[in-house]
Amino acid sequence: MEETLNITLKVWRQDGPDERGRFETYDAPNIGTDMSFLEMLDVVNENLNEDGNEPIAFESDCREGICGTCDLMIDGKAHGPEKGTATCQLHMRKYSDGDTIVIEPFRAASFPILKDLAVNRSALDAIVMAGGFISVNTGAAPDANLIPVPKEASDQAFDAAACIGCGACVAACPNSAAQLFTSAKIQHMNLLPQGQAERWKRTEAMVETMEMFFGSCTNHGECHDACPKEIPLDLIAWTNRDYIKSKNKNRKLAGQKG
Amino acid sequence: MSLKVGELNSNLPQGATDNIAEAWTNHKFDMKLVNPANKRKFDVIVVGTGLAGSSAAATMAELGYNVKVFTYNDSPRRAHSIAAQGGINGAKNYQNDGDSVHRLFYDTVKGGDFRSREANVHRLAEVSVDIIDQATAQGVPFARDYGGLLDNRSFGGAQVSRTFYARGQTGQQLLLGAYSALMRQVGAGTVELHTRTEMLDLVVHDGAARGIVVRDLVTGEVTSHSAHAVVLATGGYGNVYYLSTNAMMCNVTAAWRAHRRGALFANPCYTQIHPTCIPSSDEFQSKLTLMSESLRNDGRIWVPDAFEESRSAADVPESDRDYYLERKYPAFGNLVPRDVASRNAKTVVDQGKGVGPMKNGVYLDFADAIGRLGEDSIREKYGNLFDMYERITGEDPYKQPMRIYPATHYTMGGLWVDYELQSNVPGLFCVGEANFSDHGANRLGASALMQGLADGYFVLPYTIGNYLADQLGDAPMNSNDAAFGAVEAEVQDRTNRWLATNGTKSVDYYHRELGKLVWNYIGMERDENGLEKAISEIPALKAEYYKNVRVLGSGESLNQSLEKAGRVADFFELAELKARDALAREESCGGHFRVEHQDAEGEADRDDENFQHVAAWEWTGEDNVQNRHKEELEFNYVKPSKRSYK
Ligand SMILES: Cc1cc2nc3c(=O)[nH]c(=O)nc-3n(C[C@H](O)[C@H](O)[C@H](O)COP(=O)(O)OP(=O)(O)OC[C@H]3O[C@@H](n4cnc5c(N)ncnc54)[C@H](O)[C@@H]3O)c2cc1C
Ligand code: SF4
Ligand code: FES
Repeated sequence: MEETLNITLKVWRQDGPDERGRFETYDAPNIGTDMSFLEMLDVVNENLNEDGNEPIAFESDCREGICGTCDLMIDGKAHGPEKGTATCQLHMRKYSDGDTIVIEPFRAASFPILKDLAVNRSALDAIVMAGGFISVNTGAAPDANLIPVPKEASDQAFDAAACIGCGACVAACPNSAAQLFTSAKIQHMNLLPQGQAERWKRTEAMVETMEMFFGSCTNHGECHDACPKEIPLDLIAWTNRDYIKSKNKNRKLAGQKG
Repeated sequence: MSLKVGELNSNLPQGATDNIAEAWTNHKFDMKLVNPANKRKFDVIVVGTGLAGSSAAATMAELGYNVKVFTYNDSPRRAHSIAAQGGINGAKNYQNDGDSVHRLFYDTVKGGDFRSREANVHRLAEVSVDIIDQATAQGVPFARDYGGLLDNRSFGGAQVSRTFYARGQTGQQLLLGAYSALMRQVGAGTVELHTRTEMLDLVVHDGAARGIVVRDLVTGEVTSHSAHAVVLATGGYGNVYYLSTNAMMCNVTAAWRAHRRGALFANPCYTQIHPTCIPSSDEFQSKLTLMSESLRNDGRIWVPDAFEESRSAADVPESDRDYYLERKYPAFGNLVPRDVASRNAKTVVDQGKGVGPMKNGVYLDFADAIGRLGEDSIREKYGNLFDMYERITGEDPYKQPMRIYPATHYTMGGLWVDYELQSNVPGLFCVGEANFSDHGANRLGASALMQGLADGYFVLPYTIGNYLADQLGDAPMNSNDAAFGAVEAEVQDRTNRWLATNGTKSVDYYHRELGKLVWNYIGMERDENGLEKAISEIPALKAEYYKNVRVLGSGESLNQSLEKAGRVADFFELAELKARDALAREESCGGHFRVEHQDAEGEADRDDENFQHVAAWEWTGEDNVQNRHKEELEFNYVKPSKRSYK
């Protein structure tokens, strides 16, 4: 049965990218335990609006854990306390009456704050742009069953492809590294037969673009713990291996001796 | 050039009535081409980066056009298409079970309850096979069998297995494919990408679409962009109901603004209500979550016989349960089409037999299937859906039945387009869920992804050339022209008015109230009385909204209430049109059920004599009732028959 909770929130408010931020404290009374975390914030926003205060800016779209838009640091954890769960899928039944919850934006140098809890994550798109594709113009594709793909390879590629691009891995990392995201994107394609032709070029370009924006990975593993899709850490090792190989391979492909 | 209102020329291909299998091929041959070297002389605007927009933009850029892409999302990959779960149809016949282009064509026309254009649907079925090839080559990890070949399943009651799927995330995987193709072009400099940018108006000048006016959602800056053609790929309008399975930001504004500039809006009353969603838990429910339709393959739907049943599901003996679908439709049982399943759920809940704390659901029970196949086998098939259900409701569906209730899911209506996907405004094209084209009065499962990608990869990139070819040598209009300036000023005024209203209630409050009216009067069942009420109550609520909404903050920084204020204003106008369309359509067909038009057994009564047409509405000014135009439909290949699932 649904119960109600009285919660206290400490929320990061920041008027714009270049403004100074601060924590504000708000009451969230009578919150039903069946509500989602973001519905709780909707209610707080309605109350703020009612009292003449500007609502808190926070982002979400699908509210089903697949679009990767929602992105809150909840009590210091990217996407909050529940494992394998995006912020939008967290429900208030995980909390108790009287709890205080601290809500901050994802913090990373490459994710500048736009306002309150909303940040700009377009650096992730830049990594994809550098090589996260298989170059096949529309119409140029052979029959889909021409190349059988072993189920194991396909399943592994899928585990990587499940990444929703939320950036929690970056926010959770002490170095703000984007290794887990980048590896997921690279290995999705590197593991498939269709992705082989561009494998080395892709790896080098994406890793180096990543390094332009993000910190270096020192194998803490915090990224995996925060990841709502539990993207496997192994992908990082495979990417490191592919990256080292790519240096030689790409030189060879360009006609120079390794 | 003038707007093609009145004549409503659907521009059907040669052979549409007597040689449909060759019609698209012939039409491709008949269309004018733009030669490869000239393509870079043309600018095309694409609004929207879902499956339809991303695929269209990437393909046109590959062909050589200069493409400018706009989306309000912060990344193209976050468009609403990402959420599709179930799958995508393709007439590959890999399962050797008798599928063919003709059968997919036939099923889609019939499934649409004979309210779609045969030629369009045939083309859709033809290119469906190319979509599967294209997506696979891009690295979309469709499910495979142990031999490494692609797997299929039967979906939504289809008699053949033609649905390709990627775990429960077919939409995400297909969109990642289209998005990767798009980002490749962004990197190549052929696509200019504008994220967090919302189209707020269309500029029509000298009888053709010349560009758009947009607002930067971060800085509030309003700017103009011109091009030789404008493509809207802006999705459906299901959020007019407030609660739906659509993403929070889905809205009708782009299509509606084009409508107000002259584009006809077709069949707004056709809405698909999906039978298996999680019922809402309280007043602050922000959206509804779909539970995949595949669950109906193994779950049995029932309600208690008694009106005020207080026992928990497990304690209600078989003799006190009503498996109402199995009882009424012995042949199809729990697998009846979406509209039939939805309406029957509403009937039992309205009778007071609903289950759950708010008495607003029916049971979907897996106890039998678990008994028959074992819990492990059910876990393997539906594990992530069961987990999702438990996360949301806190109830364990292995131990107690799921509770489900219908929710708005998809909108078949949209901007009217001809066979070439061009609206009646020359130079304005519309693809994906935003147009009305292929699904008639009801869409089959796994066919929206197919249509979006068909439009974007394989139809629009050809047909747009037929329009552009005549403009070779013409520069696009200058976006500093006074025609753009005037629209910019209107957009700025509209934005400012919300900030200046200073009322007492939030945008969401009014959206919720509107949603209740639309759901109650223009929901699963409509009648004259209710529709008349909608037509008087919606404008009254709208008037209050304009006087009493409160939007705080400024127009010069990210302001989500301000963004929503304009979208909800457009929903009000659409809602009224929806009611008028439903009232004018004096028949029941597909997703449109008029209580007055049912047979003795309570099934939909279609009226082919009077309503075998598309209704396309023309905006006639702020305070006028819109004009209803008709496009008559002809069926030469699939003879209209009554749908029966008994
Ligand atoms: C939960 C769910 C599950 C589904 N499952 C299936 C399924 O299994 N199989 C199937 O075939 N179909 C399914 N559907 C339907 C299908 O997902 C959609 O119909 C389809 O993805 C729509 O694609 P689209 O490209 O037309 O639009 P969308 O994906 O909705 O994209 C719209 C785009 O337009 C942009 N936009 C809109 N307005 C503006 C504006 N004013 N300015 C700038 N940008 C704008 C948005 O930012 C977005 O990028 C499902 C739908 C839902 C809700
Ligand atoms: S790897 Fe996980 S945490 Fe990182 S972006 Fe992908 S889904 Fe989010
Ligand atoms: S809002 Fe889409 S993943 Fe959370």
